[in-house]
Amino acid sequence: MKYFVKKIITLIMTLFLVSVAAFLAFQVIPGDVVTSILGTEAPPEREEQLREELGLNKPPVVRYMRWASGVIKGDFGRSYRYSKNMNEMMPVKELIGDKLPVTLWLAALSLILIVLVSIPLGVLWARSTNRFVDAALNCITQVSMAVPSFFLGVLVTYLFGIVFHLFAPGGYISYHDNFKGFLGYLLFPALSIAIPKIAMTARFLRNSMLTEMKSDYVRTAYSKGCSKRRVMYGHVLRNAMMPVVTFLGMIIAEIVAGSIVVEQVFGLPGIGRLLISSINTRDFPVTEILILYITFVVIFVYFLVDILYRVIDPRISEK
Amino acid sequence: MKKSSIWKNKYLLIGLFMTGLCLLLGILGLFWTPYEPTKISAAERFVGPSLKHLFGTDNFGRDIFSRVMKGLSATIVIGTSVVLFSATMGILLGALTGYFGGIVDEIVMRITDALNGFPSILLALVLISIFGNGKQNVILALGLVFIPSYVRIVRSEFIRLRDADFIKRARLMGVSKVRILFVHILPNIFSVFWVSVMIGFNNAILAESGMSYLGIGVQPPDASLGKMLSDAQGYLQRAPWFALSSGLTIVWLVLGFALLSEGVQRMNNN
Amino acid sequence: MKKKLFSLLLTALLSMAVLSGCGSDGTGESSESNPSKESVESTQASTGTEVVEKTMYGGKVVVGIQQDIDSLDPHKATAAGTKEILFNIFEGLVKTDKNGDLMNAIASDYSVSEDGLVYTFTLREGVKFHNGNVVTAEDVKYSLDRVSGLLDGTPLISALSVITNVEIIDTKTVQVTVGSANTELIYSFAAAIIPAGSGEDENASPIGTGPFSYVSYTPQVGIVVKKNAEYWQEGLPYLDEVNFKIVNSAETALMELQGETIQIYAYLTDSQAEVLKDKFQILAAPSANVQALFLNNADPLLSDVRVRQAICYAMDKDTANLFVSGGNSVLISSAMLPALTSYYADLNDAYGTGAEVEKAKALLKEAGYPNGIDLEITVPSNYEFHMQTADVLVEQFKAAGINAKINPVEWNTWLTDVYNGRKYQTTLCAITSDGTPGYLMNRFQSDSKKNFVNFASAKYDEVYKKAAAAMDPTEKANYYKELQKIMSDEAGTAFIMVPPITVAVSPKLGGYTFYPIYVQDMSTIYYK
Repeated sequence: MKYFVKKIITLIMTLFLVSVAAFLAFQVIPGDVVTSILGTEAPPEREEQLREELGLNKPPVVRYMRWASGVIKGDFGRSYRYSKNMNEMMPVKELIGDKLPVTLWLAALSLILIVLVSIPLGVLWARSTNRFVDAALNCITQVSMAVPSFFLGVLVTYLFGIVFHLFAPGGYISYHDNFKGFLGYLLFPALSIAIPKIAMTARFLRNSMLTEMKSDYVRTAYSKGCSKRRVMYGHVLRNAMMPVVTFLGMIIAEIVAGSIVVEQVFGLPGIGRLLISSINTRDFPVTEILILYITFVVIFVYFLVDILYRVIDPRISEK
Repeated sequence: MKKSSIWKNKYLLIGLFMTGLCLLLGILGLFWTPYEPTKISAAERFVGPSLKHLFGTDNFGRDIFSRVMKGLSATIVIGTSVVLFSATMGILLGALTGYFGGIVDEIVMRITDALNGFPSILLALVLISIFGNGKQNVILALGLVFIPSYVRIVRSEFIRLRDADFIKRARLMGVSKVRILFVHILPNIFSVFWVSVMIGFNNAILAESGMSYLGIGVQPPDASLGKMLSDAQGYLQRAPWFALSSGLTIVWLVLGFALLSEGVQRMNNN
Repeated sequence: MKKKLFSLLLTALLSMAVLSGCGSDGTGESSESNPSKESVESTQASTGTEVVEKTMYGGKVVVGIQQDIDSLDPHKATAAGTKEILFNIFEGLVKTDKNGDLMNAIASDYSVSEDGLVYTFTLREGVKFHNGNVVTAEDVKYSLDRVSGLLDGTPLISALSVITNVEIIDTKTVQVTVGSANTELIYSFAAAIIPAGSGEDENASPIGTGPFSYVSYTPQVGIVVKKNAEYWQEGLPYLDEVNFKIVNSAETALMELQGETIQIYAYLTDSQAEVLKDKFQILAAPSANVQALFLNNADPLLSDVRVRQAICYAMDKDTANLFVSGGNSVLISSAMLPALTSYYADLNDAYGTGAEVEKAKALLKEAGYPNGIDLEITVPSNYEFHMQTADVLVEQFKAAGINAKINPVEWNTWLTDVYNGRKYQTTLCAITSDGTPGYLMNRFQSDSKKNFVNFASAKYDEVYKKAAAAMDPTEKANYYKELQKIMSDEAGTAFIMVPPITVAVSPKLGGYTFYPIYVQDMSTIYYK
């Protein structure tokens, strides 16, 4: 129990440090927000007024305190860049809330693809005694791991979009309009993210299983007369899956990062595109919250993996 | 290591061949390319691959092969600088924290842990948004991003070795700490360290090309394979060779280094 | 006035029919027209049966746009890319037509007093806002007070800050008094009329009187508008819905067009058009953008007029034109739009349109740079057209010993550092005109806030003042021509071209209308 409390405290501390770092970092960036909102031909009085409105006249500490207390209360501030209607700026919460499902579904779909393909593939590979199959899989996975997801995205676009017309490149369908169509479109970007990770996971599982198969208990099980099938699925796979679960947990962060790049390739309006545009347009309220959010997701996933690992493997005792 | 086992290590051989070819082209590209990589020609727009233009030409009629060579030079320069920077910092931090431990170790490890899980390309994007675009800033940002991965490895090796008998003996003989760290321990970690350097090189290449694909980081006229790929994307139908040549070059380079590191690993295990 | 308006309207309708895809301009055979609903329809039927058969009402169109919009408030929007969309939602008392002339919109008529200080507008009967309310004199007064700063002291449109008083004469008449006379001011009355009070209402959605009404806006996705069934121009618009979809890069745009998820996309480069020409109608017309390599006259290197002239000589505009716009741009050597024929001075001979390498080298040598110079070109990287032009220029400059390097910057950085901060050496970009000749001349006065090239010529300032004060059109035109000559002699900036607007339009659509200002009018688009 003490371990978890310690972990949670570290989690909160990290988030706090990241928020301070993110906040301070954007104080030093050149470029005037006011000009980018008002354009260059606005009268000086209007610029002054806006500075006042945005609280840009206050010292950084005051602004951080104001911002942080807002975030804790669930008020993430307003975008500098995007309007909600004629007179209001878009609240960051609403802005992200609209984009988040895209990225989350993309990440989820990728993860599902990875699990669905890599585990059977890894098992088959470990069981295969055919040298040719082994060499072929080795070759294919090596190459797949070397292809960056954005290039895969381009290849997928070319092959499935332009040659086979399975989807319309760039023709993203909003989840508001047609959820099935939305998932159908997301399948292709998800594929681009998943392929290298499938290769990685399959290799990892295969190696893990081969190690297990060499261990003493497997020999014992065979000598006791257990069927090969039972040994494979009852013992080897179960034990070999443990490190794979951790591995999957570790690559979730990479899937999230991968989806951010791939969103750009497929023109998906997810948080990745929002992050890049907010960086480019100096929409700090949005950038800060996004950084904080992604950090949170990453740390939280590791935290969960840690717990999960402790739950399935009782050998790791509490310190 | 016997000569014959090197020849049997296919990973090492193929890896050496692939990376060697890239390095050769990249270094050559610093001084010479078949055509001026920026030479535009209205008459030669979107010419397919041929003996004259090995990889064809792009929307400006520029020779893609020459541009790929320039891009490779840039990628290699950036990758090498990033690895040099982050590996050096990693060795320094890892050696100090691993050998001495204590509060500094605790702080460095906390930060390293927090950063290690964070997707490198995201972190680099955030840093670039603070530093601004440009080749030097990309090197700086990626260099910073990859420090933690080296710190970890170096630190654990130093922890392993600091209580080894030969180090204890050196300490008893009154050898200075700096000498112990960098003369006695450091050479012993290189076999492990090389593998992570190669993986690090690959990660740097992937992150850099990903960033320039997104239009952040290295900017034209500095050539970059990622930017070329993003330019080529709109012409997939018209000129597929444009996208393929830049994309496949990245794959080739990354694969080469992956095989090389696998080969070195196998060599270490023997 | 009324008659002129309706003949214009008819011209618009007719040209739509003639345009159907070829991009040529339909000349209106202006027949008798009369303002009732029935007659417009009957005119349409009588002028040519193909009109009735070809144009269809209804349907949805997706238009790809290059950047996100900067404000939904028509008075606060500054980006040209936003204004081109809001043009479909909002209207002013007057508006610019496709020929660049003014037509009456919310006002059915106006008059200007002899001294040019009092404008009297008569409101058109029965113009309704999208919320169903009729536009009243109060709404007009409110809107004009708001843009001129009379409402809260901050003028939102600087040109209209000269307004000193807006008075409601009766329910249909509004009188506007200005502090100083300017014959070009009337163009600024195209400023949007919005419902009284809506500028301060926190939850107000954008409501105007235009052919389309606002439906929704999603950041980074786009803006959707639907047909205004009660639009005052009878017969318009044709489409039920238009979706302005933000396309994040030129590359994605090409893919989307090829995948046919967008039907209209403007501002194509030549190589893009080349790729699309099989599947799309590629239409082109001159734009109102003046593209130039703007030279910072205050830069130590460029403060020498010989260096600036050398750059002008070294530039090969013909080649740039060929590469980036397929030879369809109009080459220029001054800030005036060639389309404004009576004000435009053709100075292309001054530095030639091809590269005159020897002259450039000689000038550089004379200026003390026999080995050439280093030059930095800052370019806003979101504009593919300018990026490509810069690529071409860099290559050309090599021959003349000018070693140029591109510095691509984000649009925001460009605004702050280049345009406002004036911290740059040269920048490749375009300035856009509002259709009045003075707009692009005014900025090169040495004390102008918009003079980001730091052009300083006492003679220019003097002539400009004369031009602004001139009431006689010929006299004014002569002054403007003189201004262009001064600018060119001083090589204040290396003007390149007025690029065409090249648009890809789905073959199923007709009626795309070009304007000499930066707008995309969706009201005339129809399915064939």
